[in-house]
Amino acid sequence: MSVRGDRLAAEDVLLFANASITATGQREFHSGEAHQRLSLGFLHDYVLGNYRDLYTATLALDINDHNAGLIIRRLLESAGEASDAQRRTEGRLIARRLESLPPQRVYRLFRELRTAGVNNRRTRAIIRDWLTTRPDPALDAVKYRNALKLALRHTHLAPPSEEVGAFLFASHRGKRFTTPLLDTWREAHYAKNRLYDLPFTVAEGFAARHGIDRGEFLERIAPRLTRLERLRLQNSARRHGAGSVPMDLERMPLTRLASYVLSLPLDDRARRRTELEEALTAAARRAAGTESGRWGRVTAVLDDSFSSSGSTAKRRRPLAVALASHYLLRALATEYIPLWTSGRADALLNYPYGVTPLGHRIIDALDTGPDRLVLVSDGWDNAPPGLAAEVLRVWRSHLDPDGRVDIVHLNPVYDAGDFEVRRLSAAVPTVGVRDAEDLPALVELAHFATGHTELSELTSYLAARTRGFLEGR
Amino acid sequence: MTGLDLSGLTAGPAQVRGGVRLVPLLRAHPVPDLRLHAELYDAELGVVEFGRHSYTSYIPHGFVADWSGDGTPAAAYGTQLTTDRPDRMRLHFPHRMVRRLDRNRLRFLPLHLASEGYLSLHFGGPVIAWEEWSRRALRNGLSPRAEQAYRGVEVNGLPDALRVFEIHPDQCGVLIYVADALAAAFVLPHPDDYRVLHPSLVQDLYGELIHHYSFHPPVDEFRVQLRESAIRSLDDLRLHAAQQEQTWRHFHDTTLAGGLLDSTYMWERVYRMGRFTLSRFLPPFRPKQDNHIGETITDAKGRVVYLKTFRLAENQVRRGYLLNRLADADWHLGDTADQLGITEDQLGLRLNSAGFGHLLRRDVLDGYRARARRSP
Repeated sequence: MSVRGDRLAAEDVLLFANASITATGQREFHSGEAHQRLSLGFLHDYVLGNYRDLYTATLALDINDHNAGLIIRRLLESAGEASDAQRRTEGRLIARRLESLPPQRVYRLFRELRTAGVNNRRTRAIIRDWLTTRPDPALDAVKYRNALKLALRHTHLAPPSEEVGAFLFASHRGKRFTTPLLDTWREAHYAKNRLYDLPFTVAEGFAARHGIDRGEFLERIAPRLTRLERLRLQNSARRHGAGSVPMDLERMPLTRLASYVLSLPLDDRARRRTELEEALTAAARRAAGTESGRWGRVTAVLDDSFSSSGSTAKRRRPLAVALASHYLLRALATEYIPLWTSGRADALLNYPYGVTPLGHRIIDALDTGPDRLVLVSDGWDNAPPGLAAEVLRVWRSHLDPDGRVDIVHLNPVYDAGDFEVRRLSAAVPTVGVRDAEDLPALVELAHFATGHTELSELTSYLAARTRGFLEGR
Repeated sequence: MTGLDLSGLTAGPAQVRGGVRLVPLLRAHPVPDLRLHAELYDAELGVVEFGRHSYTSYIPHGFVADWSGDGTPAAAYGTQLTTDRPDRMRLHFPHRMVRRLDRNRLRFLPLHLASEGYLSLHFGGPVIAWEEWSRRALRNGLSPRAEQAYRGVEVNGLPDALRVFEIHPDQCGVLIYVADALAAAFVLPHPDDYRVLHPSLVQDLYGELIHHYSFHPPVDEFRVQLRESAIRSLDDLRLHAAQQEQTWRHFHDTTLAGGLLDSTYMWERVYRMGRFTLSRFLPPFRPKQDNHIGETITDAKGRVVYLKTFRLAENQVRRGYLLNRLADADWHLGDTADQLGITEDQLGLRLNSAGFGHLLRRDVLDGYRARARRSP
């Protein structure tokens, strides 16, 4: 490939990496769901068609589950176009990625493969291998009954055990099972008390069937809830007067926790301030790990304008990422100054409000003389428009040509029109961000995003990431 | 005849989406003793009765103005929404366009006040019974007179632009440009009122011209451009950024909004409320220029506290213009034609194409047509 072709390839791949970190095919503040899906679908087809190896290697990056599913599906669909060596790498990467995906995503992927009529030998082997890694086949059979049934039917695989096979495919007529969970499921059809031993999503259906009061149900099912179900059901539990759905905030991942905090009314946040602050700080410290306190003087410009409210599908997601980054950067830095675009200082009581005077805030931030400047924003700079870009350009070209201050722009929103996260300026690297926890790795990736990266560098970076990913970090 | 006094309001940086440019108007000192809020009607059609005539129109919402006589801040929005909602599917009969609800409260229908002013322009018809005018024109005047407008949701791209618009903390108004033509101006006394009434902009009326312009290609943002050669430090950077904003404001006030602000208007006072005055205004009807009708609430010094305008389409301007010229010449066709510098036949045909053909006697109009055919 020519030098220009190389550069173009590097740009395309970085663009795709950014998109696969941020885009979820859901409605965003500025564009609708259909537009997002169309744009993302095109991008996947384009990158797969032109750079199959690099497309595969993206699986080793911190991309989101939605895109991981899309990549795996497209790779399996187009298995015929791959060479033997490519297939081997692809197979290993897919298997590794499937392990880390949540099971419901994997089952959805299998269902999509079935709809698309993909049933090659490789696909069957991948599904078989994944199913053997499942720790409790009986739980999967109960919780993902239809999905598992469809997967087995599609691939003609033998069920994990004879009883699970009977559970899925045979007619029951009141026959007892020897596996306890399967038998509980049988009993829950007529015994109200038994359903509390089932997984929440299954029990919910039985509860509706038995007409059990929601509040009572939530209170009694509480011990069976998973961590994220617990977080999700907090407000519902309060509304239905179920007193005790206890939650251990300490163990929550940082960005989820930030989302939860932002879902609370301001009064609640003010009342539980110490508890929430502590949980966020602890989560941030965990995410920072060994990097803690090693970033020097950091100033952050964090976007809490109205557009950070996200959409009905992603409520306040951009603001949650900014809030999580705020706590993480505080843990990473030795000296930390946060600047919110609205000018407010109390991070915990933040809500999306007003315009985005990003340019003015960046000037303020540079005035604090930091070693590192981190911008977290969706890139829609409107008060006045284009000032941020000009400030960054002039700063880089005239005021700080040696790059004394390390500036990175993190963008949590995929812009469907540009097939990219929206950039602020060519002078400053922009990377997509999904979870604030990935921030240190993303800042590393950002060094490739300055616009003059060689393809060879990028390929070796991706190869290293792939090796690390396959060896299981 | 005076212009609009928008002192106290400054234009903020514009936000663009597609062909729609929204320019916020910021108020450093909000007006504390007048508050506006929306009163929603469930019924889509409203009939306003005044005298023997009735006025039927689409009424999405009314505004309620609250003021306090002694200058103390008025209570916030929302607490006084006391009027009972009418049942669904029933026609709603607000008695008049402006109605006092209480000693310190007034309900009025936004833009209807202004369009009523326009529709009733020389509503009585010919004042002297020249023989060219039809019997109907002499008996009924211009009645029935109807004009078309589009709802905001029908203007391509406007609902989206309003949805993603980020409201400034001290914003009290907005100027809406479609394909860089000023479509409407909306000013309120207090930022809190604006925040609440911002969504009502999609329910407002917009002229045919604006609806047509909304299918034009997207407009560009006026992005900041800094001259790096003059910048030596961060302070310079700050200074230049401020200068750029100043430049934009000047450009906006003189060029973009010039059509609205430089014009002089005919005013008609509708209601006095404490130190505030509710009035409506009509433009001078100059063809091929911006012509806005509108309504305002002004304070004792004549400064605009509330403003809502509607941009007339070109044929609406032409109608207003012809009516004014006819009225100036006491509805005499020959005199009017002389003043316009055209022949009587041409004037007759112009009246016909402006939609006033029914005012002329049939045989007279046919005569004009025949002569125009003979002498091309």
